[in-house]
Amino acid sequence: MNLRPDLAAIAGQVAPGSRVLDIGCGDGALMLALRDKQCDVRGIEIDGACVERCVARGLSVVQGDADRDLADYPDASFDYAVLSQTLQTAARPDRMLEQLLRVGTRAFVSFPNFAHWRTRAALMFGGRMPVTRALPVTWYETANIHHVTVADFRDLAWAKGAQIKGEWFFSGERPIGDAGANLRAEFAVFELA
Amino acid sequence: MTFEPQSLTLPDPLPLDGGGALADARIAFETYGELAPDRSNAILLCHALTGDQYVASTHPLTGKPGWWQRMVGPGKPIDTDRYHVICANVIGSCLGSSGPASIAPDGAPYAMRFPVITIRDMVRGLVGLLDALGIERLHAVVGGSMGGMQALSLAANWPERAERVLVIASTSRHSAQNIAFHELGRQAIMADPDWRQGGYYGGDTPDNGLAVARMAAHITYLSEDGLTAKFGRNLQDRPEKSFGFDADFQVESYLRYQGSGFTRRFDANSYLYITRAMDYFDLAEEHGGSLARAFKDTPARFCLVSFDSDWLYPTAESRHIVHALNAAGAPVSFVELSAPFGHDSFLLDVPALDRVVKGFVE
Repeated sequence: MNLRPDLAAIAGQVAPGSRVLDIGCGDGALMLALRDKQCDVRGIEIDGACVERCVARGLSVVQGDADRDLADYPDASFDYAVLSQTLQTAARPDRMLEQLLRVGTRAFVSFPNFAHWRTRAALMFGGRMPVTRALPVTWYETANIHHVTVADFRDLAWAKGAQIKGEWFFSGERPIGDAGANLRAEFAVFELA
Repeated sequence: MTFEPQSLTLPDPLPLDGGGALADARIAFETYGELAPDRSNAILLCHALTGDQYVASTHPLTGKPGWWQRMVGPGKPIDTDRYHVICANVIGSCLGSSGPASIAPDGAPYAMRFPVITIRDMVRGLVGLLDALGIERLHAVVGGSMGGMQALSLAANWPERAERVLVIASTSRHSAQNIAFHELGRQAIMADPDWRQGGYYGGDTPDNGLAVARMAAHITYLSEDGLTAKFGRNLQDRPEKSFGFDADFQVESYLRYQGSGFTRRFDANSYLYITRAMDYFDLAEEHGGSLARAFKDTPARFCLVSFDSDWLYPTAESRHIVHALNAAGAPVSFVELSAPFGHDSFLLDVPALDRVVKGFVE
């Protein structure tokens, strides 16, 4: 199965047999990969049709809104809490990050980097909110209400007292190095503790 | 009632939450599909308030198809080519299991001498049946509405008995509004002069009261949008209003038909006893006030399903259960399905429900 690169990076880091909460699990692609690693993996997903597909695949997924429902989970009930491509849609990303670090001993967060050169160029030269391959939806339709950059995220992690345990960056499907990541990365994955 | 349901008598007296025990409790049941040699493929289906064991076979009194025939059968989401499905009439009911219409040891019907029972008592009876059938561990327990309460009660009180617990359109406790509607129905039955303190067996039965109870309850099973779509303000077989109290409107005619049809298959005293059991249901109360504690260390996987148009047991009730299961660390799935039919959606044509049921059960 072809796992999205940020999800593949996360799946590669999770130790077999871990307890994992996948927040915004979509159709369960990461969950299936982690289940193959004998992980005890649970999901939260807001879209009913996605939840239905997950349940039909034998996955344990609760339909809900991560902004509200993460509070229901006990402290440190998971080894990892995963938030993929969802932080920028949260009503309060800072609070969601707190919840993530409360529920999971470690957390993975992936997001589209708003400071990628393509986005910068679109705004600088076009003068309009960028519509790029990483951010393909117009400003009025997008679910991304809190755009974030690699540098912003590092600041937030620091402000929340979270340690950054790992960073992975991608240009399209392709992994790239750390150098100039805030300019060169379309997507970023962070591991926090 | 002239039919011979398949049944067995529990070898031991059935202890009851209200005190005492029910001796010689009889449990009527139906099974579908072959039991595997290792007895690992049994699914217990729990029926709702006015349901019965005829989940996928013709009802002996009405001649109608089973109440969940669309879900249960060969090649259906609960596939009887693969699973051995057991469905039993709950105690307190009237389709062959012990209830108020059963004959007491003194040779007369119990009527109101039948002990008041609870959902947990019903489940205790079902567990007794499983013991008698030699089924130690269920592949799944599945129930909608009151059946869901039984599934939850089984999971909380006999946690080793079911690997999977599927609860559809149900609740962990009866709300004030739920109790209020049930009390309306009970008062309608008890206000019928033919009820005679429950001692009507052998004479005229309190059909009018039972029909009113059913009509009131039936409204709670539907949605406003569903009623509007089905009937609107349409008149029943007449060009204009009669300026009388006939069933002028189609919806009136429909409710009367539902009410009178029900009296032909259901015992009024059973309706009193089962609605009481539902009103007494509060799973958290049984477990020191904490629903999470009810599911502490449960080894089962859970799936809860609600419907967006169900105002009897709305989505919030399912979420409340999901919250407790999360707190208990149990693997749980939950989905709110969109369907126009209100509470009754779980019995009707909702293809997404079929997919969820099939996916979870397998």
